[in-house]
Amino acid sequence: MNLTDEQLERYSRHIILEQVGATGQEKLLSGKVLIIGAGGLGAPAGLYLAAAGVGTIGVIDSDSVELSNLQRQVIHHTPDVGTPKVESAAAKMRAINPDVTVRTYFDRAGPDNLVALMSEYDFVIDGTDNFSSKYLINDAAWFARKPFSHAGILRFSGQLITVRPGQSACYRCLFPDPPEPGAVPSCSQAGVLGVLGGVIGTLQATEAIKYLLGEGELLTDALLTYDASGMEFRKVPVRRNPRCRLCGPSPTITVLEQQDQAVCDLSGSCNC
Amino acid sequence: MEITVNGDAVTLDGPLTIARLLVEQEVKMPDMVSVEHNGKILDRAEFDKQQVRPGDTVEFLYFMGGGA
Ligand SMILES: [Zn+2]
Repeated sequence: MNLTDEQLERYSRHIILEQVGATGQEKLLSGKVLIIGAGGLGAPAGLYLAAAGVGTIGVIDSDSVELSNLQRQVIHHTPDVGTPKVESAAAKMRAINPDVTVRTYFDRAGPDNLVALMSEYDFVIDGTDNFSSKYLINDAAWFARKPFSHAGILRFSGQLITVRPGQSACYRCLFPDPPEPGAVPSCSQAGVLGVLGGVIGTLQATEAIKYLLGEGELLTDALLTYDASGMEFRKVPVRRNPRCRLCGPSPTITVLEQQDQAVCDLSGSCNC
Repeated sequence: MEITVNGDAVTLDGPLTIARLLVEQEVKMPDMVSVEHNGKILDRAEFDKQQVRPGDTVEFLYFMGGGA
């Protein structure tokens, strides 16, 4: 790939970086990232990945934009209310950077489509809002052997970890089983500070970019936690769990299934 | 005895179980916490049995399901 004059100018702040350069920018332009969920986490991740010139960005989401999303889902604007989120997100990413090919999937990520979909990409960003999806993505990534960034946000807190299936601790290594449905407050009750998605979602984008570049150390085998109240980041070292039902030596999860616990919100339409 | 909880030094009376530690540390939703004890993730069933000893490191990892 040869960068055009326009690309040399557009990506000049990347190209002058020792860790990126023209070669790194070409890697980004040929990179493919799948964003699952165009919400609080996926919105900032999508904007920055598009700006960075990640060549192919897939977005899967089955929701349409609602007014209550706009407090944090910065890729969607007021006139987008009622539009499928994937369309709204794709329009902004294309407007930022015509170099980017955006593929949209107005669909739910499920056990029937996720492994095949992940296989078409280099790296996956989990921007979903419920435990059922987060476990499903972790498991699908294992079966697809696809690296991904897991993240969660709630109230004034957030956390993330990068998983390289078979090489580093997975989400189930840390959280062996989903919480009991009754133990979980509904997300719309709990709320979330809007900027949390920006903080954590851009960190997820950073991991995707580092992975495509092959630069730096990924956030594997460590859970990064962020507390906005005390303005504190902590990196908690973790390791693969020999009792992990998915990636341990004696797995009991051998096929991809969705544990259909609508734990986030019993109506299944969480808006956190 | 002194242990480390979520990176902070904590002084407590005598050895105690993880379950007791969750109470003493006033963890409000223990069902929403995964516990790493000296680098090892515990099964929930172990909370009642696993003893915490001086110098141990305990991390409470919180379930965080939000994202949209
Ligand atoms: Zn695992």
